[in-house]
Amino acid sequence: MRREKAHRAARASGSLASLRRRLVFAGQLLFTLAVASFLVVPAFLSILAGVTANYFVGIRSGVTLQWVVQVLTLYGDTIMRSLVIALATLAATLLVGVPAAYALYRRGGRLSRLIEEVITLPLAIPGLAIALALLLTYGGIPEFRRSWLFILVGHVVFTLPFMVRSVIAVLAAIDVKLLDESAASLGASAWRRFRDVIVPNAQPGILAGALMVVTLSLGEFNLTWMLHTPLTKTLPVGLADSYASMRLEIASAYTLVFFVMIVPLLVAMQWIAGRGRPNGERR
Amino acid sequence: MNATHGVAVSVAACAKTFADGTRALQSITLEIARGETVVLLGPSGCGKTTLLRIIAGLEQPDRGGRVLFDGEDVTAVPIERRMVGMVFQNYALFPNMDVADNIAYGLKIRGMPRKERQARVAELVKLTGIEGLEHRRVDQLSGGQRQRVALARAVAPRPRVLLLDEPLAALDAALRERLRGELNRLLRMLGITAVYVTHDQTEAMVLGDRVVVMRKGAIAQVGTPREIYFSPANQFVAAFVGAANILEGHAAHEALVLPGGRLPLPAGGRNGPLVVMIRPEAIRLVAAAGAALAGEVESVSFVGDRLRVTVQGVAARAVVVEAPNAATVKPGDRVGLAVDPACVRILADGSP
Amino acid sequence: MSLKTFLRLCLAPLVAVVVAFFLLPMVRLILVGATGPLGLSAYAAILLEPRYRATLFNTVVLAAAVTAATIAIATVAGLFLQRHRFPGRALLVALLTFPLAFPGVVVGFMIILLAGRQGLIGSVTAALGGERLVFAYSIEGLFLGYLYFSIPRVILTIMAAVEKLDPSLEEAARALGAGPWAVHRDVILPALKPAFLASGAVAFATAMGAFGTAFTLATNIDVLPMLIYTEFTLSANIATAAALSVGLGLVAWAALATARSVAGRTVAAAG
Repeated sequence: MRREKAHRAARASGSLASLRRRLVFAGQLLFTLAVASFLVVPAFLSILAGVTANYFVGIRSGVTLQWVVQVLTLYGDTIMRSLVIALATLAATLLVGVPAAYALYRRGGRLSRLIEEVITLPLAIPGLAIALALLLTYGGIPEFRRSWLFILVGHVVFTLPFMVRSVIAVLAAIDVKLLDESAASLGASAWRRFRDVIVPNAQPGILAGALMVVTLSLGEFNLTWMLHTPLTKTLPVGLADSYASMRLEIASAYTLVFFVMIVPLLVAMQWIAGRGRPNGERR
Repeated sequence: MNATHGVAVSVAACAKTFADGTRALQSITLEIARGETVVLLGPSGCGKTTLLRIIAGLEQPDRGGRVLFDGEDVTAVPIERRMVGMVFQNYALFPNMDVADNIAYGLKIRGMPRKERQARVAELVKLTGIEGLEHRRVDQLSGGQRQRVALARAVAPRPRVLLLDEPLAALDAALRERLRGELNRLLRMLGITAVYVTHDQTEAMVLGDRVVVMRKGAIAQVGTPREIYFSPANQFVAAFVGAANILEGHAAHEALVLPGGRLPLPAGGRNGPLVVMIRPEAIRLVAAAGAALAGEVESVSFVGDRLRVTVQGVAARAVVVEAPNAATVKPGDRVGLAVDPACVRILADGSP
Repeated sequence: MSLKTFLRLCLAPLVAVVVAFFLLPMVRLILVGATGPLGLSAYAAILLEPRYRATLFNTVVLAAAVTAATIAIATVAGLFLQRHRFPGRALLVALLTFPLAFPGVVVGFMIILLAGRQGLIGSVTAALGGERLVFAYSIEGLFLGYLYFSIPRVILTIMAAVEKLDPSLEEAARALGAGPWAVHRDVILPALKPAFLASGAVAFATAMGAFGTAFTLATNIDVLPMLIYTEFTLSANIATAAALSVGLGLVAWAALATARSVAGRTVAAAG
């Protein structure tokens, strides 16, 4: 009799626990969905506004590409310039960053750590301060100041650590010292080893770094706003300009163009990160 | 392929002090004959890998140390020009190349034409028994297959000396035993000068023409596997290579006086305090009555092909005996121990 | 060529770029900060001048509030997403992390669309018969904006940390009789502390220096980056702008360095 009672109590508390578990799950799911919509809804609104004839009236005023076309004619040059700068930044970070990452990782030691520390500083120091420093140092050279190369320099300083760290992370994961020594034991010179063994095996890191560099360069504003001139406006500078002075539909269409450029890069980055994880243990 | 090739290697007064001040290697001098397989054996941290890396050219010896290949001083020659073959502990196969490209890499570097390269790769693939895997990616290979590819890659360019850094350590026990046999056959067949680093004494016994036992950065003993096993130079070698009973006592009239009786010694020994070593398999269990040496069975472990019996009351420490697995003894029994005096090794020094 | 020489050659371009375009300019910035009419005391003025001090205080408080709120939100969502497998989970994770690379200006615009004059919140409150709620251009809007770009970053860090948690710790605690609350309080949250420190420092440093969002939203909000910008461009007060930049850089760097010394590597700000 008493045992049956205890059983029933246990069963009741068991079902109570499962009910509570389900409630907690639902609550957490709702919360997470709310956070996601906080991030997604405005992006969705901007896409919507970019193709709506009159946002104030709403979507029933008609769907149109006229704002996108206007953006391309008004701001086409900024889009092209941003692409050029992003690719040039990528080229510079590849040429400078990949060999340096190899050297820093392979040498090790205190000096290498110090150098790594210094090149990582631009991640901690706000872009505004770096831009100001560049302006104070090189702003007096008019040819340089007026050229898009001035912006390129800022982007390279800002994105270089991402490339270097991304490559170093992969080099550490594949135990590159061992591969290097084994190629050397087979007679390969330092340059051959770098070309035949190091770079091919660092590829995942180089690719991840490259995507990051291009994405960051395309969206860079903090430095660029200070470094640009009226003749060297980039996409984000144009965006800020349109947010301040254009009607909402044009600003939205411009943002839409930016999304179209940047989302494939983000998707590729997530894909790479996801691919790296399940069989992340190499060798 | 059968002709002995490779060089004689001389290591002359090579010491190694690392940048942080740790002394990994005392001054080492070692002659390795052409075509000989020498095994560097010792516990981790004994300096065996450092010595191998000095021979390879991956580490520089401290000032004054020299490495010679057939009399030619190669101390300043970097590894990529030293013409050595090396098999690394984790194989270090290039993940960006398939099996055939891995094996061919050293040949490609040396500018061997494509046709010859392919022929040589095919030869090695056959030799190491990895036919059909030529176009596999490295991460599709099993541990044993990787080990074979690493070996094929190292010997493909016909190196002057083959260096192996614990090449079987990453494998499980059964596979290790099989590959040990294969490796042995291959080394004999190639007849190449080889230096093999391991901490596994069985591997050292099976593979080595000579074994160099190392301890704390110095050589403890150099000798053939038999010499190392039967005539260890000191307690460390005796205990590291195989199981050993170390007995301390007082020698008188060609016998060692122990708490459990008298142990007959080889003829011609001095009297006085003495340390001797007896291998467990050299001791027979006999009836206690009338035995010169007797004690009480402490424990009996059945290990399949034999019994491991520990006997107390014979010496200061319990004596380990390997008895036939048919023996019927149990803890508490009084047993006698019989030892052939020829199997008693008097250790040169009593130092630990 | 020896390996040593080759490695030096590999490093040379990096050292050249960093010295020419980062170290030298930073030294110059620090020096310029001391060349105004105040001299070295320009740096002291950051703390002594009431207007600057108030702005610095505002910025730090705002950044700290954003950091705390982000960590709280990201922990709940991150734990949930890493603990449960359900259809649509991958999409949800993707949605939560995709604003990762939005520049500050775009984030500002997102807040305008949400809480601006033609924003969603305003329309909803107006439709519900209330007053049209508009707060994008105030400190609340800025708070929301900073939250927007901090959440994805912190969620990623926390999810990675949750994934690495040793499940046997939680099982051990439960075997000892700990209920869900006790398990979280005594086992899970303490184990996540390094992730909190790391991602919190990043969120804080990023919020301190975030210029784009403030630039888009702030017509009249006193935060440090805006102050530097106006001092430099509008007042041409270059020495003060430089001194303030150095101060801002120091605070952001100190936050990251502290977190890193407590929590190990992999801490960095961005944006």
